[in-house]
Amino acid sequence: MASAVTEYDTIAAISTPPGEGAISIVRLSGDQAVDIAQKVFKGKDLTKVQSHTINYGHIIDPTDGSLVDEVMVSIMLAPKTFTREDVVEINTHGGIVATNKVLQLLIGSGARMAEPGEFTKRAFLNGRIDLTQAESVMDLIRAKTDKAMQVAVNQLDGNLNHLIANLRQEILDALAQVEVNIDYPEYDTEQMTTKMLLEKAHLVSKNIDSLLKTADSGEILQHGLATAIVGKPNVGKSSLLNRLLDEDKAIVTDVAGTTRDIVEQYVNIDGVPLKLIDTAGVRDTTDKVEKIGVERSKKALKDADLVIVVLDASRKLENDDIQLLEATKDKHRIVIFNKNDLITVITPETVEQVKKDDIILKTSAITNDGIETIKKTISNIFNAGIEDNSNNVIITSARQAGLLRQAKENLNDVISGIEAGMPIDLVQIDMTACWDTLGEITGESYPDELITQLFSQFCLGK
Amino acid sequence: MQVKEFDSENYDVIVVGAGHAGSEAALSAARMGQKTLLVTINLDMVAFMPCNPSLGGPAKGIVVREIDALGGEMGHNIDKTYIQMRMLNTGKGPAVRALRAQADKNMYHRMMKEVLEEEPNLTLRQGIVDKLIVEDGICKGVVTATGARYHAKAVVLTAGTSSRGKIIIGELTYSSGPNNSIPSIKLSENLEENGFKLTRFKTGTPPRVNKETIDFTKTEEQPGDKEPNHFSFDTPDSQYLKDQLSCWMTYTNATTHQIIRENLDRAPMFSGVIKGVGPRYCPSIEDKIVRFADKPRHQIFLEPEGKDTEEYYVGDFSTSMPEEVQLKMVHSVAGLENAKLMRPGYAIEYDVIEPWQLKLNMETKVVKNLFTAGQMNGTSGYEEAAGQGIMAGINAALRAEGKDPFILRRDEAYIGVMIDDLVTKGTNEPYRLLTSRAEYRLILRHDNADLRLTDKGHELGLISEDRYAKFNKKREEIESELNRLNRKMITPKMAEPFMQKNNLKSLKDGILADHLLRRPEVHYEDIIDMIGDPDEGPVDRRVKEQVEISIKYAGYIKKEQMKIERLKKMESKKIPDRIDYTKVPSLATEAVQKLSKINPETIAQASRISGVNPADIGILSVYIEQGRIAKVPE
Repeated sequence: MASAVTEYDTIAAISTPPGEGAISIVRLSGDQAVDIAQKVFKGKDLTKVQSHTINYGHIIDPTDGSLVDEVMVSIMLAPKTFTREDVVEINTHGGIVATNKVLQLLIGSGARMAEPGEFTKRAFLNGRIDLTQAESVMDLIRAKTDKAMQVAVNQLDGNLNHLIANLRQEILDALAQVEVNIDYPEYDTEQMTTKMLLEKAHLVSKNIDSLLKTADSGEILQHGLATAIVGKPNVGKSSLLNRLLDEDKAIVTDVAGTTRDIVEQYVNIDGVPLKLIDTAGVRDTTDKVEKIGVERSKKALKDADLVIVVLDASRKLENDDIQLLEATKDKHRIVIFNKNDLITVITPETVEQVKKDDIILKTSAITNDGIETIKKTISNIFNAGIEDNSNNVIITSARQAGLLRQAKENLNDVISGIEAGMPIDLVQIDMTACWDTLGEITGESYPDELITQLFSQFCLGK
Repeated sequence: MQVKEFDSENYDVIVVGAGHAGSEAALSAARMGQKTLLVTINLDMVAFMPCNPSLGGPAKGIVVREIDALGGEMGHNIDKTYIQMRMLNTGKGPAVRALRAQADKNMYHRMMKEVLEEEPNLTLRQGIVDKLIVEDGICKGVVTATGARYHAKAVVLTAGTSSRGKIIIGELTYSSGPNNSIPSIKLSENLEENGFKLTRFKTGTPPRVNKETIDFTKTEEQPGDKEPNHFSFDTPDSQYLKDQLSCWMTYTNATTHQIIRENLDRAPMFSGVIKGVGPRYCPSIEDKIVRFADKPRHQIFLEPEGKDTEEYYVGDFSTSMPEEVQLKMVHSVAGLENAKLMRPGYAIEYDVIEPWQLKLNMETKVVKNLFTAGQMNGTSGYEEAAGQGIMAGINAALRAEGKDPFILRRDEAYIGVMIDDLVTKGTNEPYRLLTSRAEYRLILRHDNADLRLTDKGHELGLISEDRYAKFNKKREEIESELNRLNRKMITPKMAEPFMQKNNLKSLKDGILADHLLRRPEVHYEDIIDMIGDPDEGPVDRRVKEQVEISIKYAGYIKKEQMKIERLKKMESKKIPDRIDYTKVPSLATEAVQKLSKINPETIAQASRISGVNPADIGILSVYIEQGRIAKVPE
């Protein structure tokens, strides 16, 4: 039972290039588009809203109800859409990690990751694009596929491959046992019971959970450690930043965010991908415009994996400094006492807001003092985070994570089916679906895998 | 001396071979109004069972019901000739329940022969077909060994294991069809001359022993069911056989295994004598001992071959060991210590047409108006053969009438799954249907085969008006009962006696009857008791069964149907004939090769070919859509 990629699945993909601005769009197309979006959406009932409307709300993780991002959702029903199918576009704000999470949740809820060029292909097949462009559409599919294949192959970590293969084998053993009981009922082979299948489902589910936990570090690997640099004006933040950047000349993109208050820069420091977020202050203000900027800064700080707070060691601690230290007190934090070359007024010992687990550095952007230490520190934090994971297996792509979520959904169906007293051959439908889904991650799905297993595992004959 | 050819009769459809495939093919063509000739090597072997004297079981039993729903004969014939009937997998879900019957082998043959003889448009004749009449790539008829040239609009070949058949028993090999019949040699050669690619397959059969010499006290009895069940829609419960014969089970043991191991050098399977590929699911006993060396014993089923014979089939003991060794092996088994051998087991090698050379309507791509079916297409089993036979017969008749082909999709029938598998994927061993080959097995149940296919059978003219009326009545009764249960409210008071009796919590509020039926502990009859109105509702147990299944498994059924809807859309996207895949820009090389070889008929079929990936399917769809299709010359 090969997993069937069909032309009529509802497909999903991020349709804005990564790293280009704070707003990303996740696009869904197909007859289930609205239903699937609704499963992860909190706000108006999307299945009831009018076509071609934009709707405000939140994306939530349906498994635990947790908030993922604040979004605007465009509902466009067929036929007046790009693909001439129902199309849903989710505008996300929370940066790459949140956008990927949205995509994962959609895949977990029944959408299929779009094949390269598939939106365009559908647009063409549904008569949306001129026939004369057929050839270029075909080229596009081929070119994008080849590139995507390369990326996928590079992404597919050997350990992950191995781990998924093991999980699939676990399931396959169980499936073959069920099949042999069905197709050879008089044989004295051991009967697979729903109880045994339930145990298997829990076991595989547990493994998927621990893999999914790595999904966030995987995002870091791919898209950089989100690092926010904060400090009141004239604290030497910019020159410090420039020191860090100038030396590496490794800026990937440099695009302003939605407001002039946040600048995101992608850099690579000693092999560690960093997404540097330079934010405005977080002080209380009554100015309406500034208030928006402050809100965004706070949000950026909340989403950051690491915060660098820059203080001016040559001046007394001000209210702004204290607010910054308060706002970031729950984060992984490096507190920098800058302008170390001048006469110091404050020291780590005299600032009571400094926590025990903060990393304290004394630097001078002018003399280059301490810059190396910052780099080393970032690198250490990054590597420590990665090494936490057993076997170093990390889920790096939204596609992988989405498929894992889908596999877990299949297992939940297995479990609830067994609990509802369904016969084993029905429960098996979902178990097989789980096995197929996992096979999509590694791309190893052979048409007769199950039947081969059947005959090698059991002695059957006439 | 050269046999002089002469022009004999003209027909609409000629069927070659009267095994399980050929019988169904000839009957369906004749019943569709075609003047049909059925020519076979030996009239005394019509619908003969050279191996297991049984029909049905998982997947296969569903095929028998599907054949019946299409107006075929296998279901009727086994219902007239069974000696034991059993429903298998009763402890599991409805999708995998399966009916199996032990057949009276001779009676099965005689009854089928009688039906063929009595069919108005059908001529049954003994003869060996040596070659095809092919003009400009179109099959126009056949020529027999006696020189008779028969002309027809369409020809169906069902040569079975006769094609260059070779029997092997130990060191002995000889040219033969099944059960020492005359093999068909020249037809194979003629097929190769016509451009067909043939390959060699192997299968085998176990020894038969005399019942009088079996010590049944050392075996376990397996009786038939008391509850009535039949294969055909037409057979009433009242005809259920009361005095059924039992089967018996025993085991091999360490001695048996030692005998086999000591003689492996004389086993044709291992000495290199057998070159054909045998089925994994039907290995010989020597194969099992070698591959599953740590299994201490293997089951053996002793099955009666009929009422008027003492012959017993030693099931699961298929072997091609020398007779001397077979005797020792048989005598080592509990209950068979003194068994008298009646026929030795043997292996048989034969030619098959690699099935990718067929289209979904069973017509060959190599020669037009020529259809092939059954074991010669690489399958194994009577049911698989008959399923292809009826489809080939129907399509040959449609061709003779100049009508569109009749194809069953994978979501419509196991027959559709089988033919699509054969044509799209080919097979490198004798192909057997298994429930796991069907991706929508919850939809392809044996209990709803009539609901799935009777309309189609009727439309083809294979289902009588009388039967169609009965079928429609059943269908309406199901509908109205489903409606009734969807409206009927069960109050807590109505449910209370049942709840108390089964130690269940009382209902708090009223609940619709069909919702209550979804609970695992509640069955249809319980609901009827609660409603307490015996005059309402259906009487037919098959209607009740259908209602219960539709309601109880509604969630799963709906899920499968959603998948099917998408499949249907893809199946409806046709690929133009003779498309030149080398001219499709950007298509991967492997895809070009595979697509050119298989020549899929729809986008869905193309997507099932191994080595053709989604990008290739995307490119192909776009190419077809743009409308300028490069074609290979005819």
